[in-house]
Amino acid sequence: MAKIIVITSGKGGVGKTTTTAALGAGLAARGHRTVIIDFDVGLRNLDMILGCERRVVFDFINVINGEAKLHQALIKDKRLDTLHILPTSQTRDKDALTTEGVESVLDQLRGDFDFILCDSPAGIERGAHMAMYFADEAVVVANPEVSSVRDCDRILGLLDSKTRKVEREQERLKQYLLLTRFDPGRVNKGEMLRIEDILEILAIDLLGVIPESESVLKASNLGMPVTLDNKSNAGKAYLDAVSRLLGEQLEHRFLAPERRGLLQRLMGRTA
Amino acid sequence: MRLFEFFRSKSSGTKSSDGGGGGQSADKARERLQLVLAHERLDRWSADYVPVLQKEILAAIAKHIPIDQEKVAVKLERGADMSTLEVNIELPAPQEFTKKTGPRLAAGAT
Ligand SMILES: Nc1ncnc2c1ncn2[C@@H]1O[C@H](COP(=O)(O)OP(=O)(O)OP(=O)(O)O)[C@@H](O)[C@H]1O
Ligand SMILES: [Mg+2]
Repeated sequence: MAKIIVITSGKGGVGKTTTTAALGAGLAARGHRTVIIDFDVGLRNLDMILGCERRVVFDFINVINGEAKLHQALIKDKRLDTLHILPTSQTRDKDALTTEGVESVLDQLRGDFDFILCDSPAGIERGAHMAMYFADEAVVVANPEVSSVRDCDRILGLLDSKTRKVEREQERLKQYLLLTRFDPGRVNKGEMLRIEDILEILAIDLLGVIPESESVLKASNLGMPVTLDNKSNAGKAYLDAVSRLLGEQLEHRFLAPERRGLLQRLMGRTA
Repeated sequence: MRLFEFFRSKSSGTKSSDGGGGGQSADKARERLQLVLAHERLDRWSADYVPVLQKEILAAIAKHIPIDQEKVAVKLERGADMSTLEVNIELPAPQEFTKKTGPRLAAGAT
């Protein structure tokens, strides 16, 4: 029976899709059968981030509408054979996500996979609601910045009230915070919120802190989850987060500014 | 000036100390985007023809042979010059055929 994890945030552009791809590839690389579902109907992006955009035939909405079978819409990753992607539609809108349709797809996937990751769209409307409704656990993505943290709080409230687990079993779903685009230098200068402060404000467990990193842009250019780049600090931080998802206890890394070489400092560059 | 440029490129090279691969990932990004957008713009006015196409192919075959909808695999690979749509339909093995190897019918389209 698969565990369903939603990756959500409220605020847009904070790094949900990057995170979903990174965690999904990380779990798959450790041998867990993982499927990633793109819930951002109308704005398909996950396929680009995972580099399978040329192979999309059918999508999530085709399956919901009975126009294709689930196995026809699932795309198997070319690098990791434990990783599958269910892309979303580029032409329909979020109303196509019916509760019954989403439930039936998740039920069919549950038996064949260990993890189902749901990449939520921004906002708190239908798409975001459907992405979280059937979840067992939630990863809330935030940047160290006031509006992002505020939206996070709003999402945490919804996770506590508007999910099936809460409605049916009166059980709170496990929630984690993933802080990304973290820039230790700017935190030290007092320009960015501190991790302790964010955790205190939101009262939530920390899954990981992902540094701001150029390797994320490069990975998206190449269509490769950043966890497959073994030289990337962001990738390493995501792999630590994967371990924590699997119940391991690890220290958080990359929290201090990286020491820059003399040359880099002279050139005024940041790592 | 030369020396400066040398240091510049050198230092932007060391920046990728965080992240392997290096090289012109932006070029790769441009190629991928050009390809996917060209296809999407086409799809906009012939939206979702694949499900319809599949239904029609299946209906045509079903007139002659009973086929299991579950045993149909549709694969697409978009390329710059040519795309291939591959429809693999597993046909039931007639009693007089061998039980093990059901003949496969593959339709290729470009
Ligand atoms: N750790 C990071 N370092 C640098 N850039 C990052 C990092 N994480 C994400 N980004 C960049 O932030 C942008 C937004 O990321 P992403 O698309 O994952 O966000 P999102 O939350 O899914 O957005 P949306 O709400 O539109 O779905 C992208 O350009 C991505 O490359
Ligand atoms: Mg996204």
